Amino acid sequence: MSQAPLSPSRRRFLQGSAFLLAMSAEGVLAASTGAAAGSADFVPNAFIRIARDGRVTLVSKQPEIGQGIKTSLPMVIAEELDVDWRQVSVVQGDLNPAYGSQGAGGSTSTPTNYEDFRKLGATVRAMLVQAASQAWGVPAAECRTEAGSVLHAASRRKLGYGALAQAAAKLPVPAADQVALKDPSQFKLLGTRIGGVDNAAIVTGKPLFGIDVQLPGMLYAVYVKCPVFGGKVVSANLDAVRALPGVKDAFVIEGTGNLNGLCPGVAIVASSTWNALRARRELQVEWDEGEGRDHSWAGFTAQARAAARQPGETVLRRDGDVAKALAGAAKTVEAAYSYPFISHASMEPQNCTAWFKPDGSLELWAPTQNPAAGQALVSSTLGIAKEKISLHIIRSGGGFGRRLSSDFILEAAAIAQKTQAPVKLTWTREDDLQHDHFRPGGFHFLRGGVDARGRAIAWHNHFVTFANRVERDGKSVLQPGSGGALSGDEFPGRWIENCHLERTPIECRVPMGPWRAPGSCVFAWVFHSFIDELAHAGGRDPLEFRLELLGDKDVVPGTGERAQPYSVARMRKVLLTAAEKAGWGKKTFPRGQGQGIAFHFSHRGYVAQVAEVTVSRDGKLKVDKVVVATDIGAQIVNLSGAENQVEGSVVDGLSTLMFPELNIEKGRVVQSNFHEYQLLRMPDTPAKIEIHFVKTEYPVTGLGEPALPPLAPAVCNAIFAATGKRVRELPLSKTDLSWS
Amino acid sequence: MSKYTLHVNGKTQAVDVEPDTPLLWALRDTLGLVGTKYGCGLGQCGACTVHIDGAPARSCLTPVSGVGKQKITTIEGLDPKGRHPLQQAWQELDVPQCGYCQAGQIMSACALLKQHPKPSDAQIDAAMAGNLCRCATYTRIRAGIHRAAEIASTGKGKR
Repeated sequence: MSQAPLSPSRRRFLQGSAFLLAMSAEGVLAASTGAAAGSADFVPNAFIRIARDGRVTLVSKQPEIGQGIKTSLPMVIAEELDVDWRQVSVVQGDLNPAYGSQGAGGSTSTPTNYEDFRKLGATVRAMLVQAASQAWGVPAAECRTEAGSVLHAASRRKLGYGALAQAAAKLPVPAADQVALKDPSQFKLLGTRIGGVDNAAIVTGKPLFGIDVQLPGMLYAVYVKCPVFGGKVVSANLDAVRALPGVKDAFVIEGTGNLNGLCPGVAIVASSTWNALRARRELQVEWDEGEGRDHSWAGFTAQARAAARQPGETVLRRDGDVAKALAGAAKTVEAAYSYPFISHASMEPQNCTAWFKPDGSLELWAPTQNPAAGQALVSSTLGIAKEKISLHIIRSGGGFGRRLSSDFILEAAAIAQKTQAPVKLTWTREDDLQHDHFRPGGFHFLRGGVDARGRAIAWHNHFVTFANRVERDGKSVLQPGSGGALSGDEFPGRWIENCHLERTPIECRVPMGPWRAPGSCVFAWVFHSFIDELAHAGGRDPLEFRLELLGDKDVVPGTGERAQPYSVARMRKVLLTAAEKAGWGKKTFPRGQGQGIAFHFSHRGYVAQVAEVTVSRDGKLKVDKVVVATDIGAQIVNLSGAENQVEGSVVDGLSTLMFPELNIEKGRVVQSNFHEYQLLRMPDTPAKIEIHFVKTEYPVTGLGEPALPPLAPAVCNAIFAATGKRVRELPLSKTDLSWS
Repeated sequence: MSKYTLHVNGKTQAVDVEPDTPLLWALRDTLGLVGTKYGCGLGQCGACTVHIDGAPARSCLTPVSGVGKQKITTIEGLDPKGRHPLQQAWQELDVPQCGYCQAGQIMSACALLKQHPKPSDAQIDAAMAGNLCRCATYTRIRAGIHRAAEIASTGKGKR
């Protein structure tokens, strides 16, 4: 560290950096079995440290983005270890192979780690019991544990884990499969409501997020990219910008050809964020806008309609004879559904701090959902060996899938390579909205039919999706955006005897990425709305129609290599639970009020919802109540966290249905900030969200995503019940809901 | 660059910044008080909310040159022990998900409670509509405000 005299601001920097150094030192607990702070500590594995005073430190390896994993997975260890949660501190682990995989996405953190973390805790508990039994000269089987102590009832002796730490540290670690796990009926912690481990820091404004990183001598950068995706820099007034107050440097980065990678742009490095932003206002860049400059949403829409008049490029499913079934159907329904590209809009804009050192090593502080992918992308793009790239995982102010992409990490690293100091790259809100990796837009051209009894007999969907042109195996191919592919197995494909699913891609330059429940977040809205249209066309009750559609097989198998079986039994159970709790079929509503129902299986979770709405005569929507029934397996880990995720998913689903509109004109995103790109606010929050967890004897799984997809169709189906108006285009503002 | 004296959380602080520097960035980068957050820079999201002479203000829209002798309170200065009824209620009810917006939410809610110690849901909606929460913890924020009002009136919060 430099020996410069400590000015007040430098002192403040060091206070901040001491916090960060503490974070990173604790983050490599793993490397220090025995050599950690306090050699009397018991450090049996990369995740657990028990100090002599009985305090337990647990490492959370997964990125925390608001999904609560930094609290819930350590709870699993603490439960099997059998410690009092008040004795536990949790620290964030850095990117470190000792922890295994560290990606947080797809609602996989819980299902991937739950059983392993139980074993971790149980293994260490067994060692502590062994240490006590040896100290007392009694059989281990006569000992039990409780809240951080080992007890021997017969001799009324008790030793705390802290007192046993030194002895336990000398014992061999038993094999994981030799260790007994608790019976879930004995759980004291799991299934209770536990507050987030960072809550105290959050409510007192402590440095926590990527954007809060402070290091001695740190500089601040902004990165200006072409508004048309992938456009290149022709020239820029770099000399003029370099002369502005506080600016240290301004330079062009060429980037790569990859829309999801390092895009070309101009970096401005300055002594503060504001000085960088001020200088940016004076920056003038001549861009070569490239191929995408004439693209527009209007153009895409016209292309989609034209594509729908032809056979699809790919057949995803063909069962029976859809044309014949439609011709013979008692009633047919034809509908076109569409939804725009949207941004993730996490409250903390993308950012990353990078320090490229004289010895060629790179240190990163990144709010990321996939630290290993970030490290790999930086390594391969900039030619730095992975061993020379260290990455501190910093808490993210929201992920939603955006932080699975590593473009902002790559930009920070590329800027750091040209800067002789640590540098924090901050994206503005405009950058964040307009250079997102967007949820793909899409168009569904549907035709369906019901027979004389009102049973679904035909389903035809020509799905027009968005794709980027990429190189794969030396060939140029169109790759649909994340979530934009659509599986032929998606509900209700496997359930309707005459089913034809086809797909055509529209080529675009829009970079796309996973958006909370990719694919499902829009497919559930389209398909459960259209199922509702068929139910009404057949004069059927929407719940009965769906139960009949689900059929009576307990499990519907999947097709092909990546076959995913669908448990009809689990879905039926949540559907009936939601319906019963919502009083489906038991309430009468005046015109302008109504209930709607929907369900969806995604990310291993089965969720059904009933929404109750009021639509005013002039078409204003109020969601009065949402009843949610969720099956995510045998155990809820943190009840408070689980409830928070369901509430958040419901309100996020509603926000996304109602507000965000993203237009593309002349190859660029029109909306620039929250005055134009609207999100749901407090007044539009549903008055009541009622949550029912249906426990089934299936593996424990995650809740970041599955509760989101059913909301939009449940609400739109309720709107139809209330007003007779069918919503086929997002956002909701595009449909006049007024009624008389 | 110009020198300004700011009164922040009961202390006098000297900053040397461009006159048009928003208070937000002087707090964050110059004074190292990062509890106040950047969300949009346009006054649309509320993450930057501080109190200026006790009234809520969007620090992203407040130039340092305009603050003068007014007293600034940030989330760090809301309560010396971090035990303001809102801070207690937020922890009791596990309000945050990612937590990024919550400092701004608390600062806006604090101003609301000063005006309306027992706010109705409609008053909460009106006062809090300027604070975005992308994780959508609005139901818990609302419950947190009601709980904080209870704690404040009965003094029955945990120590």
